[in-house]
Amino acid sequence: MRVYLSVFGCALRRYSGYRAATAAGLFTNSVFGVINALVLLAVFAARPQINGYTAIDAVTQVYVAQALLGPVDVIGRPLALAERIRSGDVAVDLLRPAHPMAWFLAQDLGRAAFAVVFRSVPTFCVGLALFRLALPQEPARWAAAGLALLLAVLVSFTLRYLYALAGFWIGDARGVTALAGTVGPLCSGLVLPLVLFPDAVAGVLRALPWSAMVQVPAEIVLGKATLPGGTVLGGLAFQAAWAAALLALGALLTARAARRVAVQGG
Amino acid sequence: MSAVATYVRLAWAWTRALAQYPASLAMLTAAQAVATVGELAALVFLFGHAGRLGGFGLHEALLVYGLAGLAFTLADLLMGSVERLGEHIRTGAFDVMLVRPVPALLQVAVEEFSPRRLGKVVPCAAALGWALAALPAEWTPLRAAAVPVLVASGTVICCSVWVIGACLQFVALDAREAANAVTYGGQAMAQYPLAVYGRDVARAATYVVPLAFVSWQPALYLLERPDPLGMPEWLRFAPPAVAALLALVAAAVWRAGLRRYRSTGS
Repeated sequence: MRVYLSVFGCALRRYSGYRAATAAGLFTNSVFGVINALVLLAVFAARPQINGYTAIDAVTQVYVAQALLGPVDVIGRPLALAERIRSGDVAVDLLRPAHPMAWFLAQDLGRAAFAVVFRSVPTFCVGLALFRLALPQEPARWAAAGLALLLAVLVSFTLRYLYALAGFWIGDARGVTALAGTVGPLCSGLVLPLVLFPDAVAGVLRALPWSAMVQVPAEIVLGKATLPGGTVLGGLAFQAAWAAALLALGALLTARAARRVAVQGG
Repeated sequence: MSAVATYVRLAWAWTRALAQYPASLAMLTAAQAVATVGELAALVFLFGHAGRLGGFGLHEALLVYGLAGLAFTLADLLMGSVERLGEHIRTGAFDVMLVRPVPALLQVAVEEFSPRRLGKVVPCAAALGWALAALPAEWTPLRAAAVPVLVASGTVICCSVWVIGACLQFVALDAREAANAVTYGGQAMAQYPLAVYGRDVARAATYVVPLAFVSWQPALYLLERPDPLGMPEWLRFAPPAVAALLALVAAAVWRAGLRRYRSTGS
């Protein structure tokens, strides 16, 4: 456990070094938030209620999504693991007396922890300053929102870990990463809240793991009945189930992949 | 050898290199197409809910989307790589480019030229074609000739914005994401009729970062519509002039950045 804690700490320190990049990311998130919010406000000006969402709900989801983008990598940017598989450096990762998935998870949690404080909180504050947002009233829902954030980070990590593992079988994971990068924003509710999709499409997308990264956390903040099971607890259970299933799949495939690796000396 | 011939030759070399991984290239191209189709679907869903946005119907909005998408995609294909200037500076690769007998800007622009970006051209062109076919205005030879001119001006404007954004990295190495707010954020904004965002944003997009001339003013010209935001009528004839002017500004900024450049010293 101490190993993973120090990996976590190293990642935290490493990402705290990129100050200008953090500020630039914050600026980009805020700008995208404004653009998305203004488009949705125009839509809701024409129709005040769509599938149980009001203008305030939609704009809140926009800023929850932009705030999540720092810690939860919805776009699926590749883990360092992807390049290490291509270059063969992954042999070193497999030799360590630590599980590779836990190792990279600890690293990603470190990155996420930094991003929560320096990307999510300020981005959401920008949203609060510019627009009227719906905030949870009860402390319990704030706690649930925090837990939803952690579970979203877990789902985002396992998905990216699985994309990277594909490299063991097809040699170059760039194509998978690129495809995943378009699927993630669309299916998670980042491009457009899933409630605005046609019902049949939304029904399918709500069952897939990507919705655990944006749509479910946003609805937990809003306390919507459209959550899985109709309650905040149902939403959290949905996220936890996907996180557990994907982590198990990741562990299984890591073991399979480790048997495939052949490192050429030279 | 002329600059154009050099660009084409280097672009072809990169294309052949990428074709060594055919599965990856196919997936990378498909990913770009899927992303664009997803954005288009989002636009169609939004208009399905609202009917009209900012006084614009679906076909008129598709015209705006098509013009913006095509200009940004072509600019991304030709010049998109300039956003990686900071990386070249950090690794010292930029110093190598400076001693080669080919303009440095050309080398940065063509670096890792990727035909996968063409994956976006097809859906954008289809959206534009669909919108033009549904256009209520009467077709005159002048109007027909204007379409390619407007796309070309839009492409030059986007290329120039991209170069100016990249030049920020001469001053702040990790400012890449801040420029993204203007390049990608600008693209997201220019894809919807500017009337959706209100007068202040439209003013900024006309007089500060002149992205209004990529899709909004050209669409008003093609639709023969008065400007709902009440800006001067003659602005719609300005895109070619704005493009020429902005290209000159971009060239001047690049030169100034180059003069200021002192290498990283490592």
